[in-house]
Amino acid sequence: MSDTEQRVTAIPALKHSNESQDVSQHFNFAYLDERTKRMIRRAILKAVAVPGYQVPFGSREMPLPYGWGTGGIQVTASVIGPNDILKVIDQGSDDTVNAVNIRRFFQRTTNVEITTHTQAATLIQTRHRIPEMPLRQDQVIIYQVPVPEPMQRLEPRERETRSLHGLAEYGLMHVKLYEDVSRYGHIATTYDYPVLVNHRYVMAPSPIPKFDNPKMHMNPALQLFGAGREKRIYAVPPYTAVESLGFEDYPFEVQQWEAPCEICGSRSSFLDEVITDDSGGRIFVCSDSDYCQSRQSSAEQNLPAQPSDQRNGK
Amino acid sequence: MVVARSAPILRATKLTKRYGQRTALIDASFELWSGEVLAIVGESGSGKSTLLNVLAARDRPDAGTVEFQLKDGTIEDVFQMTEAQRRLLARTDWGFVHQNSADGLRMDVSAGANVGERLMALGDRHYGQLRATACDWLARVEIDPSRVDDLPKHFSGGMRQRLQIARNLVTRPRLVFMDEPTSGLDVSVQAKLLDLLRQLTQQMDLASVIVTHDLAVARLLAHRMIVMQRGCIVETGLTDQVLDDPQHPYTQLLVSSVLQP
Amino acid sequence: MYVAVKGGEQAILSSYQLLDRQRRGDQTVPELSIAQIRQQMKLAVDRVMTEGSVFDPELAALAIKQACGDLVEAIFLLRAYRATLPRLGSTKPIDTSKMVLDRRISATFKDLPGGQVLGPTYDYTQRLLDFSLLERTEDVPLAIAATANNSTIAATTDVPRVIDLLNQEGLIETHPAPELDVSPFDLTRQPVRFPADRSTRLQNLARGDEGFLLAMAYSTQRGYANSHPFVGEIRLGSVAIELVPDELGFAISIGDIEITECQMINQFAGSKTEPPQFTRGYGLAFGHSERKAMAMSLVDRALRAQELGETVQSPAQMPEFVLSHSDSLEASGFVQHLKLPHYVDFQSELELVRKMRSGAEGTEASQDDSDVEHE
Repeated sequence: MSDTEQRVTAIPALKHSNESQDVSQHFNFAYLDERTKRMIRRAILKAVAVPGYQVPFGSREMPLPYGWGTGGIQVTASVIGPNDILKVIDQGSDDTVNAVNIRRFFQRTTNVEITTHTQAATLIQTRHRIPEMPLRQDQVIIYQVPVPEPMQRLEPRERETRSLHGLAEYGLMHVKLYEDVSRYGHIATTYDYPVLVNHRYVMAPSPIPKFDNPKMHMNPALQLFGAGREKRIYAVPPYTAVESLGFEDYPFEVQQWEAPCEICGSRSSFLDEVITDDSGGRIFVCSDSDYCQSRQSSAEQNLPAQPSDQRNGK
Repeated sequence: MVVARSAPILRATKLTKRYGQRTALIDASFELWSGEVLAIVGESGSGKSTLLNVLAARDRPDAGTVEFQLKDGTIEDVFQMTEAQRRLLARTDWGFVHQNSADGLRMDVSAGANVGERLMALGDRHYGQLRATACDWLARVEIDPSRVDDLPKHFSGGMRQRLQIARNLVTRPRLVFMDEPTSGLDVSVQAKLLDLLRQLTQQMDLASVIVTHDLAVARLLAHRMIVMQRGCIVETGLTDQVLDDPQHPYTQLLVSSVLQP
Repeated sequence: MYVAVKGGEQAILSSYQLLDRQRRGDQTVPELSIAQIRQQMKLAVDRVMTEGSVFDPELAALAIKQACGDLVEAIFLLRAYRATLPRLGSTKPIDTSKMVLDRRISATFKDLPGGQVLGPTYDYTQRLLDFSLLERTEDVPLAIAATANNSTIAATTDVPRVIDLLNQEGLIETHPAPELDVSPFDLTRQPVRFPADRSTRLQNLARGDEGFLLAMAYSTQRGYANSHPFVGEIRLGSVAIELVPDELGFAISIGDIEITECQMINQFAGSKTEPPQFTRGYGLAFGHSERKAMAMSLVDRALRAQELGETVQSPAQMPEFVLSHSDSLEASGFVQHLKLPHYVDFQSELELVRKMRSGAEGTEASQDDSDVEHE
C-alpha cells in the first residue's frame, strides 16, 4: 500500500466545485475498472441472449446513491466508448437535476460528446421515459430500473419469483390484472406496466408510462436495463416482440389527451401537466423536451412535420 | 414409461419417510383406481398426513416410489419427473384441498380470481369467460355467484372450503388429495360439505385420497379405506367391510371407540 | 406565454456552493482537521470503517469531514472509493486468540483465566453531560490508569478464549474448517443469491447498518424468536494481518488492525443421538464497535434457525428479509430516491384517479365545464 500522504492527495476529488481536474489522472475511462466492465459486459451478453431474463451481476457502489440510477450508469459505463455521443434524460427532459448530474458524471469521466438531440445520440440513458423520436439500429437505449422484478409487490421472495420465471408460471401476474378489472372495471396499472418479451419472459419495463410500452416492440435499437441496487441486468435485443399483458376483452390501452401540446402542438406525444396559476389553471406540454423543441424549430422554419407525429403504434 | 390399458391411476410402493430420528412412514403400499375414493384413517401421529404429502409430491420419501398414470395412459414415477413437470401436474391434473382453507386460497384476492388463477396460469386470457367460469363453479359448490368479487376473508369457514374445492376442480383434475377437509367446521356444515364432495367426485369421476380421523367421513365418501397406526398400514379393504368387520385389533379399537377430533 | 423550466445545471452548481458553506460552517471557527476527527471522534471513525468495509482511519475521518458528520453518507463515500480499488490479494484469516487485548469481558463466568479487563468503555459511566468539556481548550494531562485491571494485557497466550474453555468439555458446537477450505464468496464482487451460506450472511451483516441490526437483534430478545443468549466473550484489541505473497511462499505481517469480536452463546440444541450443546452467534467489527458486534452475533444466530431445526416465525430469522434490507447504502438510496422527479408516473396516476372518480360520479360529471379537458 502506498504511504498515507500520497494516498490522501491521490484520492479522486469528487469535490464538485473544482471540476477542471485532469480526469485521466484519477479515474479509469468511464470510472469503472476494466475488470468490472468485463463482468458487466458478460452479464449484458447473457441478457441479450435471453431477452427479458434478469441476469444477476456484481453491482458496485457508485458515486451516486443506489436508487438514483447506478444500474443504468454501470451499464452505460461498460458500453460507452470515446466516440460515442451521449444523451441523458429524466422524465423525458435533458434538464432535470438527475439527468444533469448523471450527464456531468460521464463528462468528467469520459469526455465524450454530449447531446440533447435524440437523433444525434448513439447512447441514450433514460429514467422513466422513451424518447418520442423513433430510434435506429445504431443506437442503444439504457433504462434506469428501480425494481426489476415485475412480481415483487405480489411475491417479495426472490427465491420464489426465480422459480416462477424459470417455469414460466405467470398466473400470479394475471390474477393481479383480473383483480383490477373486477375492482375498477379496467387494468389499474399506468406505469411500469408488465410486458411479455420474446413470448417467454415477463419483464418490468421500468416506470415508463404505459404510453411508451408500444415503442419497445420491434424497436430497431438495442434496449438495455440496469438495476444497480437490486443487482440485475436485462435486455431486449433489436426487433424483439414486446407485448403488454392484458385480457382479450380488456386489452392494453395507452393514455390519450384531448388537448395538444401547448408549445409545439403535438397530438401524439406524452404530455406533462403544468399548473400555471393559483386557481388551478393548467396547460399540457410535451414531456420530451428535445422532441418539443425540434417541432418548435421546424415549425418556425416551416419544415415538414417529423415522421413520428403519425406514430403511436401498437 | 409403461403404457398400460388397465392400470391404477396412482400406485404407492413401499413408501418410507423419516424426520430426523423419527420414522413417520414405513413401507406404505397401495393402489388407487380411476374414479375411486380412498380414505386414509388413523389417529394423529399415525403417519396419514405424511403419506398424503408424499403422495402429492409435497415431500420426498426416503424410500419407495409413487407412480401416476397420465392422461395418455403412460405411467410416470413422480419423483423422477422434473420439478417443472410436477408443478404443472399439481396445477392441472391434480388437486389438493388443505385442512386450513387459508393455506389453499389467496385470501386477499376475489373469489373469482381464486377460481380463475389456474386457468390464467394455463393461458386463458378472456376476462369475461374467466369470470363466467368462476361464477359457474361457485354455483356448483353452492356459493352464491354474486359473491364472485368478494374476498375469501369475508367468507365463512364452510364457504372457504367450498371455494378451495372450486379452485382445485376448475381444471378438471383426475386426482384430488384432501387433508381433513371437514375438520374445524360445524357439524351441519360438515354434512353439507361431505354431500357436495360426494356429488362432485361422482359427477366428475374423480379419484381421490382423503385423510381423515373421522370414520363417518370415510363411511360416507370412500369406496376403500386404509387404516394407519404408527406409520404402518395395518388394514385395508372396502370401507363397509373394514368398518363393519374390522380384522386388525387397532381397527377394532378405532371402530368401537369414540374418537376425539 | 409558458416557457419550459430550464437552468437545472445552474441550480446544481448553486447547490454545491451552499453545500460547501454548510460543511465549513462559521469561518471564524477553526476548521476541523482530519487528525482531530481521527483522534477525537474515534467511535464514529470505527463505524464508518466497519460499514464502509475499509480499514483506513484516515480515509474514514476524511469521509466524515466531507459528509458533515452524517455517518451513513460517510460510509457511502468510503464504499464508493473502495469499489474500484484493485485487489492485491487475500489475507490469511485473522487469529483473534492472538489478539493484543485492550478489553476482554465475559458474562458467562465471574472470573476466568486472563481476567475480566474493563478497558475503555462507557458501560460503567453515568450518562451525565460533562460541561467541563465545553471549556477545555488546552491540553490537560490525563490520569494514567494505574490499576492492574486496566492495563493492557501484554502476554496474549495467557488469555484463552471462553469458547475454547467450554469446548474442552464438548459443551459448545464447533465448526472445524473443512479439509479443502475454499475461499469465501465475495459479497462485494457478486450479488447475494438465496439460500445464502453462513459465511455470506456474516459478510452481509458485518457491512450492515448498525441501527437496523440493533433493531433486529432487539426483536429476538422480545419474543420475536428467542435463543436465550449469553455473552461468552467480547474482545477488543489489535490483531496482525498476514499475507502470503506468491513470490515468498510464507506469511508476512503487513500491519495490525483493531477489531471487536463478540462470541454469543445461545440456546442448546440436541437430538436423540446427539447430546445437547450450546449454539453460537458471531459478531465482528473494525475498531471499537461493541454494539455492532453484539447485534450482529444475535442476528447471526437467529438466521441459523432453519439449519438448527427451529421454526422460522419472525423477521430476524428470515435471511431474505434481513440480508436484503441490511445495507444502509441500498436503503438510504432507495428511500431518498423518492425525492427525484416522479411527475411523469404521477401524471399517469392522476389521470387514472380522475377517470375513476368521474366514472363513479356517473352522469353528473358531464355538468363540469372546466376549460381544460383532461380525460
